[in-house]
Amino acid sequence: MGRSLKKGPYIDKKLLGRIIEMNRSGGKRVVKTWARRSTISPEFVGHTVAIHNGNKFIPIYINENMVGHKLGEFAITRTYRGHTSKTGKDKGKK
Amino acid sequence: MARIAGVDIPNDKRLEVSLTYIFGIGRTSALKICEKTGLDPDRRVKDLNEEETIKIRNVIENDYKVEGSLRGEVSYNIKRLMDIGCYRGQRHKRGLPVHGQRTSTNARTRKGPRARPGAGKKKK
Repeated sequence: MGRSLKKGPYIDKKLLGRIIEMNRSGGKRVVKTWARRSTISPEFVGHTVAIHNGNKFIPIYINENMVGHKLGEFAITRTYRGHTSKTGKDKGKK
Repeated sequence: MARIAGVDIPNDKRLEVSLTYIFGIGRTSALKICEKTGLDPDRRVKDLNEEETIKIRNVIENDYKVEGSLRGEVSYNIKRLMDIGCYRGQRHKRGLPVHGQRTSTNARTRKGPRARPGAGKKKK
């Protein structure tokens, strides 16, 4: 179920503030954030955000197609090393 | 006999059902089309005359995205998800279920037939 329209999108205030500040000063730095639940708003486009995946920060360059998604969608939290390959050779187990 | 929205040729079924043979038209939109054209959904397609067929054709053309262009839109949306590298896109790329279903068992529709060297059963 989607979020109620009445509330509007949730955007992490601290992060948005920093992005807006950077837009104004023209600076381009990678912003580290833990706010995986934050929606990507149009201001984010063109910035690189380092999104925490629980272990480390994954730098993601935001383009306009990503607007409306959540930051967390772009930093996968799980490691999947694959199963044994079809030829029977071990590729490395979990 | 009637040819509506490209290649679809529904036959001697009821109009309401027949229209659902078009990709992008289900029962709901079929009924709405009937309502808009003022046609009885219970009539058979073969009983329609040329004029009525054209009416239906026009309504579908103007109000509905159907067949090729709809398929195009769907695959475009999926492609977009894959290109931006979000979680859903990665699930599409891998051919795994997208909506958070379990994959330990089941998920056979997305994953396809069970694959494993040697014989049938899979064991972790």
